[in-house]
Amino acid sequence: MKILVPVKRVIDYNVKPRVKADGSGVDLANVKMSMNPFDEIAVEEAIRLKEKGKASEIVAVSIGPAKAQETLRTALAMGADRAILVQTPDEVGAEVEPLAVAKILKAIADEEQPGLIILGKQSISDDSNQTGQMLAALMGRPQGTFANTVEVEGDHVIVKREVDGGLQTVKLALPAIVTTDLRLNEPRYASLPNIMKAKQKPLATKTPADYGVDITPRLTTLKVSEPPVRQAGIKVADVAELVEKVKALGIA
Amino acid sequence: MKTLVLVEHDNAKLSDATLPVVTAAGKLGEVHLLVAGHNCGAVAEAAAKIAGVAKVLVADDAAYAHGLAENVAPLVAQLMGDYDAFLAPATTSGKNIAPRVAAQLDVMQISEILSVEGPKTFTRPIYAGNAIATVESSDPKLVITVRGTAFEKAAAEGGSAPIEAVTGPGDAGTSSFVGSEIAKSERPELTSAKVIVSGGRALKDAETFAAVITPLADKLGAAIGASRAAVDAGYVPNDYQVGQTGKIVAPEVYFAIGISGAIQHLAGMKDSKVIIAINKDEDAPIFQVADIGLVADLYQAVPELTAAL
Repeated sequence: MKILVPVKRVIDYNVKPRVKADGSGVDLANVKMSMNPFDEIAVEEAIRLKEKGKASEIVAVSIGPAKAQETLRTALAMGADRAILVQTPDEVGAEVEPLAVAKILKAIADEEQPGLIILGKQSISDDSNQTGQMLAALMGRPQGTFANTVEVEGDHVIVKREVDGGLQTVKLALPAIVTTDLRLNEPRYASLPNIMKAKQKPLATKTPADYGVDITPRLTTLKVSEPPVRQAGIKVADVAELVEKVKALGIA
Repeated sequence: MKTLVLVEHDNAKLSDATLPVVTAAGKLGEVHLLVAGHNCGAVAEAAAKIAGVAKVLVADDAAYAHGLAENVAPLVAQLMGDYDAFLAPATTSGKNIAPRVAAQLDVMQISEILSVEGPKTFTRPIYAGNAIATVESSDPKLVITVRGTAFEKAAAEGGSAPIEAVTGPGDAGTSSFVGSEIAKSERPELTSAKVIVSGGRALKDAETFAAVITPLADKLGAAIGASRAAVDAGYVPNDYQVGQTGKIVAPEVYFAIGISGAIQHLAGMKDSKVIIAINKDEDAPIFQVADIGLVADLYQAVPELTAAL
C-alpha cells in the first residue's frame, strides 16, 4: 500500500506572527519557515506504518512556492521515498485555498492510487482545518479526522479520533483519508546522514495546470488586523485581597 | 437569505454549542435548523423552542446516529438546494462535517467566524488568533463554521418552529462507528463553563494537580483545564487542554494557576471576561493579560483561597 502525505511550508511554530502595517497580511519576509507541525506528525505516522510493514511507499506532496522544496526535503530526510512539488507563483498573497489544494491532491491520488492519505488537521498559518475533509468528499472516500491512533487492519483502517469530551473510534474502508491531531505521535528528527541521502531522492516538479486545477481564490482578504490587545490589570498583595476580589465577581 | 444550521446533539439532548450559531445565522437571514440523528425526536422538539428559528428539519435514520461525516454531508448538500448558507458550530463535529459539505457544493468554507460584517463578509482568526482576517466570499453559497465564544447564545426557549421530517441518501457504506470514550463528569464542559480553573506545569505531577486544582474547582462549580505543558507531562488527560491546539474557551472567570502564559495557551483563553493568575514568577507573561494577579507560591495560596471562599 502506498501512502500519500501532503505537507505545507508555514511560519515556524516558535515565531510570533506580525501583522503588516498596511493591513495586507502577516509579514513573512525574513521569517523562519518550517514544515507545518501537524504535517510532521502525518509524515511520522506514514513512516511508522511503513516500518510496521503496512505500507510499501511514502510519497510526500507540497503545493506552494519553489521554496516548499525545502519542506519536501525534510519529509524525505525523515523517511518519505519520493516527493512531488506542485509549484505555485511566489508573489505575496498567492496562498492556495484548501478547496484548490484538495482538487490538486485528488488529481494526484487518481494517478498514484494511495491506500491512505495522511494530512495534518490544519495548518498553523490560516487555521482552516478543511483540506482533508474536502479531499475525502471529492474522492467519495471516508475520513478519520483529528486522529489519536491509526491502525491498518486488512482492507480497513481503525481511527481513534479526538472529539469534544473524549475519543471516538471509527472503522473506515480503504482507501481512506486521515488527518492528524497533536497526540498521534512524536515526530522524529532527521539524522545528518538521512538529510544527505534525501538530496538524492526523486523530487518531481509540477504545476496546478498539469492537473487541470484553477487555483483562483474564492475568498478575498479585505484586511488583516491585530487582535484587540488585552491590558494587564492589577496585582493583589495577598490571598485575603484576592478572596475579596473573587467574591466581588459573584462566583463564590 | 435562507440559512441552514446544523444542530449539535447526542440524539437525546441538544448541545448549547448550537445556540451561538443560531445567533450568527440570524444576522444573515431566516434560520432553519437541521437535526440529523437517530431517535432524536426530543432534540428536534428542543430545537423548535430556540428563539428566532423559523423551521426545524429532522432526518431520523440509523445512518445519522453518530454524526458520521460520510453520511451527514451528502444529506446537507442535498438540502442546500433550498438554502444560501450552511452554518455549523466550530466543534470537532462541525469541523468534521462542514468542509465535506463545502467540497460537495464546490465552495470555499469560511472557518471559525468571529463576526458577520456583511452578507458575504466575515472576520476570522488566523495564526492562532495572532491576526484577524476580514474575508469576503465570491461563492454562490456560503459554508461557515462559527466560533461559539464570539456570539451570544440564542435563547433556548421562546420559539415554536414547525418540525418537518426529511430524508437523505442514508448510509454511504464507507465508514462505521465502533465506539466512544466520553469522559463522564459532574463538572461543566470546558467550552461552556462559566468558571474554569486551569493548572500548568508548576503542578509537578498528576496527584499534586488533583490535590491543588480540584478542591478549588469543586468550590466554584468550575470546569478544570490545563496548559499544554501539563497535558504533555501527563498530569491530566488530553481533552483538558486549553490553547491554540486544544480548546478555545471564554468563560466569565478563568483561573490560571502555575501557568506561565505561553502564546499557545493565551490563544485559547484570552477572550475570557476576567483572568485571574497565580504564579510565583512575577515576570510570567500571564500577568500581562491577567485582570487580577497574585505573585505567590501556589501551594500555599491556592489552598488558602479555597478555604476562604
